[in-house]
Amino acid sequence: MKLELQGITKKFGDFTANDAIDLVVQPGTVHALLGENGAGKSTLMNVLFGLYDADGGQILLDDEPRVFAGPGDAMDAGIGMVHQHFMLVPVFTVAESVMLGNEDVTGPAKLLDLNAARAKVKELSDRFGFAIDPDAVIEDLSVGAQQRVEIIKALSRDAQILILDEPTAVLTPQETDELLDIVGQLRDAGTAVVLITHKLREVKAIADDITVIRRGKVVGTAEPTASQEELASLMVGRDVSMTVAKDAADPGDPMLQVHNLTVVDGVTEITLLDGVTFEIRAGEILAVAGVQGNGQTELAEAIAGLTPTDAGHVTLDGEDITGHSIRKVLDAGVGFVPEDRTEDGIVANFTIINNLILDIYDRAPYSTRGTLNGKVLVDNAEKQVENFDVRTTSINALTGSLSGGNQQKVVLARELSRDLKLLIASQPTRGLDVGSIEFVHKRIIEERDNGAAVLIVSSELDEVYALADRIAVMYHGRIVDIVPPDTDRDTLGLMMAGAHKEEEAA
Amino acid sequence: MSEQVVTQPGGESPAPDEDRRDWAGTWRQITESSGLVVAMAIFAALVIAGLLVILVDPDVQEAAGYFFSRPGDTFAAAWEAVSSVYGAIFQGAVLNFDSSTFAGTIKPFTQTLTMATPLIFAGLGLGIGFRAGMFNIGAQGQLLIGATVGAYIGFAWHLPFPLHLALAVLGTAVGGALWGFIPGILKAKTGAHEVIVTIMLNYVALNLVAYLLTLEAFLPPGQTNPKSPIVDESAQYPLLLGSQFNLHWGFILALLCAWGVWWLMERSTLGFEFRAAGANARAARTAGMNVTKTTILVMVVAGALAGLAGSAPVLGTEKALTDQTAGSLGFDAITVALLGRSRPLGTVFAAILFGGLQAAGPTLQTVAGLRPDIVYVIQALVVLFIAAPPLVRTMFRLPVPAHEKEVAA
Amino acid sequence: MSAPAIEPSALAHPEPGEPVIKRRSWKAPIALGVIAVASLVIFGLLSPSGSQTTFVFARSTDFFTLPTLTVSSRGAAIVLSVLALLLAAYSAALAANYRKPGIWLPVVYGMAIIGSLLTWAGAGRDNTSIQFTGLLTSSLFLAVPLVFGALAGTICERSGIVNIAIEGQLLAGAFLAALVGSMAGNAYVGLIAAPIAGAAVGAILAVFATRYWVDQIVVGVVLNLLVLGLTGFFFNSIMKTNPELNQALSIPTIDIPLLSKIPVIGPVLFQQNLLVYILYIVVIVLQIMLFKSRWGLRVRAVGEHPKAADTVGIKVNRTRVRNTILGGAVAGLGGAFFTVASGLAFGNNMSAGKGYIALAAMILGRWSPRGALAAALLFGFADALRVQLGIIGSDIPSEFLAMTPYLATLFAVAGLVGHSRAPAAENIPYKK
Repeated sequence: MKLELQGITKKFGDFTANDAIDLVVQPGTVHALLGENGAGKSTLMNVLFGLYDADGGQILLDDEPRVFAGPGDAMDAGIGMVHQHFMLVPVFTVAESVMLGNEDVTGPAKLLDLNAARAKVKELSDRFGFAIDPDAVIEDLSVGAQQRVEIIKALSRDAQILILDEPTAVLTPQETDELLDIVGQLRDAGTAVVLITHKLREVKAIADDITVIRRGKVVGTAEPTASQEELASLMVGRDVSMTVAKDAADPGDPMLQVHNLTVVDGVTEITLLDGVTFEIRAGEILAVAGVQGNGQTELAEAIAGLTPTDAGHVTLDGEDITGHSIRKVLDAGVGFVPEDRTEDGIVANFTIINNLILDIYDRAPYSTRGTLNGKVLVDNAEKQVENFDVRTTSINALTGSLSGGNQQKVVLARELSRDLKLLIASQPTRGLDVGSIEFVHKRIIEERDNGAAVLIVSSELDEVYALADRIAVMYHGRIVDIVPPDTDRDTLGLMMAGAHKEEEAA
Repeated sequence: MSEQVVTQPGGESPAPDEDRRDWAGTWRQITESSGLVVAMAIFAALVIAGLLVILVDPDVQEAAGYFFSRPGDTFAAAWEAVSSVYGAIFQGAVLNFDSSTFAGTIKPFTQTLTMATPLIFAGLGLGIGFRAGMFNIGAQGQLLIGATVGAYIGFAWHLPFPLHLALAVLGTAVGGALWGFIPGILKAKTGAHEVIVTIMLNYVALNLVAYLLTLEAFLPPGQTNPKSPIVDESAQYPLLLGSQFNLHWGFILALLCAWGVWWLMERSTLGFEFRAAGANARAARTAGMNVTKTTILVMVVAGALAGLAGSAPVLGTEKALTDQTAGSLGFDAITVALLGRSRPLGTVFAAILFGGLQAAGPTLQTVAGLRPDIVYVIQALVVLFIAAPPLVRTMFRLPVPAHEKEVAA
Repeated sequence: MSAPAIEPSALAHPEPGEPVIKRRSWKAPIALGVIAVASLVIFGLLSPSGSQTTFVFARSTDFFTLPTLTVSSRGAAIVLSVLALLLAAYSAALAANYRKPGIWLPVVYGMAIIGSLLTWAGAGRDNTSIQFTGLLTSSLFLAVPLVFGALAGTICERSGIVNIAIEGQLLAGAFLAALVGSMAGNAYVGLIAAPIAGAAVGAILAVFATRYWVDQIVVGVVLNLLVLGLTGFFFNSIMKTNPELNQALSIPTIDIPLLSKIPVIGPVLFQQNLLVYILYIVVIVLQIMLFKSRWGLRVRAVGEHPKAADTVGIKVNRTRVRNTILGGAVAGLGGAFFTVASGLAFGNNMSAGKGYIALAAMILGRWSPRGALAAALLFGFADALRVQLGIIGSDIPSEFLAMTPYLATLFAVAGLVGHSRAPAAENIPYKK
C-alpha cells in the first residue's frame, strides 16, 4: 500500500511541531525519516497513527484521502506502529498482548480464544525466526524480545505500512543488525516501512529513500548513497564537527577506585552488577559504554550510594565510601547528574531557585540553623542562571516549564557549584539539542581540566567518543574491557554484545 | 499535555506524564486556583444547597401545586425557605440581632471560632501531609488517640494549673503523633499506601477507644456510660472572653500553630525537605535527602497537629472523653485543608467558614427546622468545585487565567 | 494506589569479600508461626482442663440430622493449634527452598486457628453451644455489602480509577432502595432502584476523574461526605414528614428446592434472599469476564498501561467512565442490603463504614472477584463471631473482634501476608 502525507501541520499552542510536511512511501520500500531529537518525527508519526489530530494537511492511502479518529482506525487501514517506548502491558502474556484490541473470541459465551492467539504468535514468530513463547509474561522478556512482540503485534493485524520509531535505541549493534534483517524481509514481502531514526549508519544500511526533518520541516531528501557528513549537515543545519575540541588528559593520582563492586536485586535476586573493578584518576574521563540495561545505571547509582551494594569497595581519594548514604557521598565531594533528569534530577514544580539548592539547601550560606536565607538563594540563582546560560524568563519560573536542555543546565549548575573530586554523569545529553549538547560537553571537560575525576555513562557512542579518555564497555553487569578512545566502532560494538564471552542470541 | 510539548522542544516524544502520579497536578489545581474561583465555588455550593431546601420545603411544594395559576406564590415560598435557612446560618454563625445584649449578639461568632479551633489544628496537619505528597485520611484516628491521652492526663493526674494543662496538651500531640507514626513508618519501610493504612487505623482507634471506655480506669466510679470523668480544671483551656462565651485559649494556640506551620513549610530546611519529597520523592532522594525520615516526620507532625485538635473538645468544650469525641472532625478537616489550599492562612479561613456552618447547626434546627446535614452537602460541594476549576469557570463563564495556562504542562 | 516504594528495603550490607547470598522471604512463616504459638498457649495450654465445647450443626429443615459435636475444649484447641504450627513449619521449610505454599495452606491454617478460637470461646458453657450453622449463615449475610462493595472497587480499580466512594455508593443504594421500594410498595422495585443510585455516584466520580483530572481519592472522600449529607438531609426532611416514603420493606427468603435441605450447606447457601443469589452470579460472572473475556482484557490493559491500550484503538477514558459507573451500580445494589434485603427502613449513615471495609476486602482479595469474595467472607465471619460471642457471653472484648478486619488489612498492605500489586495506572488521569 502506498502512503502519502500532504502538508501535515501540527501545532502545540504556539509551537509548530510539524510544518506542512509532505512524504511519500512506496510499498516494498524502506523510507527513513531522519532528524535530530525534537525535530518532529515522532509527532508526525503520531498524527499518521491517529494519536494526534492534525491541524492541517491530509493523509492518503493508495491515493485515497483518509481520516483517522484514533489508532484503531489507522490499524484497520493497515498501518502498524512500533513505538519507541513499547506499548505492552507488563503483566500480560505475549499472546494477550498481541490480541489486545483485536481479540478473537470463541464459544457461546464469546470468551477470549487464547489458543488462536497463541497459534498466531507462533506462526509469525516462526516465519521470522523470532523464538517468542506466546505464554511468556512481557515483563520477563528482554528489551529485544519485547520489540519483536511489538512487531508481531503489528503484523498480526496485517499491517502493510509499518512505522518503526527509533527502534534501535535500546539494541546492541548485533541486535540492530538482526532488526535490519527483519526490516529487509518485510520490505521484500511488500510492506512499506517507515524507519524513524537519528542514526546515520542504519539509514545508509537499509533505507531506499531518505527524508530529513529539521525543526518540524522537511529540509531535504537524499539518496542512500549520500555520505554520513552530508546527511549530518542536512539534519543539523550546519556543518558539524562530530567531536568537541578537547586537550589531552593530564591524569593525576587515582581518585576513584572501585573494587569487585556487586549489586543483587533484592526482589528478583538477579545480579545487576557483577564484581566490577576499575579506577579513575584525577583529571581523567572514563566513559562507560554499553547497551542500556547492562548494569551501567546501577554502577553509577551504587557509587553514588543510591543503590545498596552487596559486595566490594568504593574508595574516593583514599576514603572508603562503600555503603555510605547518598548524602555522605555527595558531602565527600561527588557530583551526580542522574540519568532520568525529570524523575531524579529536578523537582518540576519547584522554581529554578529551589532546584539550584536541592542538595545544598541545608549548608551555609544557603541556610543557617535550619532557616533558609532567601536573599542568598536568589543571588545564587541569578549567578548560576547567568553562568550556565539557562534560558528562562525568571528565576521564579517552575523548572518543569524549561526545555530539556535548560533543565539539564540547572542540574549541572547545581552539581558543579560544589568543589568536586568526582563527577558522575549518566546520559548527560539525552534528549538535548545540539547546542545544549556542546555546552554540557564543554562543561564536563572543564571539570576534568580542573582536576576532577569524571565518570560518564552513555549509550550514545558519539558521546562516548567525544568525551572519553578511556572507554569501559559493560555487558551483563560486568566490565568487558577498558580500552583507549581510538578503538573503532565495530570493536566496541562487539564488546557491547559481550564478545568473546557467552554470545547470547536473545 | 500540549503545553508540555511546547516547553520541551528538546524531547522528541512528549514526556510520559501519565507515568507519574498526578498529586502535583491536583494540588496545584487546588492550591493555585484563584480567589475568584474559590468565591464562585462557595457561591455555587450555596445555590445548590438552596435549591435542595426549596425542593423539600412543604410550603413550596404546596404552592407549586397551583404553580400555573399563581406562580408568584411558588417563588415567594421558595424565597422564604431559602432566606430562612441562610438567615438561620447567619444568625447561628455570625451575629444574632435578636439578642438584646451585645454579648448575645456576638456570641454566634465566638461559637464559630470555638468550632473552628479543632478544624484549624487538624487542617494544618493534613495540609502539611498534602504538600508533602501524603494523603492522610487518618486525622480522625489521630485526633481520637490524642484526645484519649490528653483526657487521661487531664482527669487521672492532679497537678497545678499551667503545668497540668501543658502536659495534657502535650499528651494530645504525642498521642496523635504516635498514631501518625504508624502509617509513616509503614509507608517508608514497606511502601504500604497511607490512604488505606490511615483509613484502617481510624477504625482501630475508634474500637480501641470504645474498649478503653469500658475499663474502670477510664470511667467515673460506678459508671458504665462510655464517658470519662471530667478533666481537672487545672487541665482545661481557660476561657478567652469570660464565662459568657465558650471560646477558649485553644483557639489562640491554633493560631500560633498556623504561624508555626507557615514558618516550617516556607522558611525552614525541614519544610524544604517536606515539599521536595512531596513534589518529587525520587529527585529528593537523589539530592541526598533522607526520604524515609521525611515521610515518617511528616506523618508524625501531621499526627501531632491532628492530636492537638483533640485537645479542643477534651480540654476545651466538652472537657471529657466520649466515644463521640471525634465526631466527624477528622473528615471535616480534610475539606478544610483542601479548601484552605493546604496553606496555613487559607486553612484558618476555611476552618472558620466550616466551623461557622457547624455552629449554625442548632439554629438551623430551631429556626428553619432543618437538621444540619445540609452543612455536609455544602462542604462537599465547595470542595468538589474547588478541585475542578474548569467546571466552575464553565458554570460562570470565567476566563482561564494566564498563570494556569503557563503551569498546566 | 501503589505509590512506588520510596526507598528499597534496606539490605544488610555484607562485609566486603563476603559471598553474596540469595534472600528468602521469611515473613509469612514467621507470622504464621507466631499466631499458631499464641493460639496454642492462649486457647490451649492456658485454658482450664476438663471443660467441654458443644457445636450444633443441625437445622430442623435438613434431610437428616447431623449429630451435635462435643469435644474437650483444651484438647481440641491444642490439637488444632499444633496442626497450625505444623503448617507454619511446612511453610518455613518451603521458604528455605525458595518456594511458596499453595492457596490450601493458608485456608487450612485459618480454619485450624478459627476452630481453636471457637472451642476456647465456647468452653465450659453448659447451657449454650456454638451454633455453627447459624454462625456461617450470618457470616455470609453480613458479608453481602462487603462483597458487592469490594467487587465495585475491583471493577473500577482494574480500569485505573480509585473508588474510595464505595461507602457513598452503598449508602446511596440503601437510600434509594428504601425510597423507591416504599413508593412502589414493593421491595423488589427498591432492589432495582438501588444500583441506579450507586451508578449516579459512580458517574460523578468518573466525570471528575477523567474530565477534570481531579485526584480520585479527593473526589471519593468528598463524594462520601456529599452522599452522607444528601441522604441525611432527605431522611430528616422528606422521610420524616412522610413516613410512607420510608417503610421497613423486605424481600423474602427463597429456599432453593432440595439444595436448601443439605445439612449445614443448605441453610448457609440456599436459604437466602434474592440479593444473595444475585451475589453468587455476579461473583462468578465477573471472575470469568475479567480474566477470560474481551471486555476484561481491555479493562485490565486500561488499568495497567492506558497508553498501550490507546495505541491499539481502545478508548481509555470511555472504558474508565463505563467501568466506574458499572462499579457504582454494583456497590449501589449492595447498598440494598441495608434496607430492603434486611427488612429495615432507611436510617442515617446506616452503611456505617462498611464501604471502607469493602475497600479493604478488595485489597486483601488482590483485585480479583474471587479474592474479594474470600476476604469479605472472612470479614463477615469476624462480624458474625462478634455477635455470637456476645450472645454466649465470651470474655473477648467485642471491640477487638471488630478490629480484626482492619488489622488484617494493615498486615496485608504492609506486605506481611504477601505482596499485593495494584493496577499500575491507578489514580493517574489519562491525558493525550
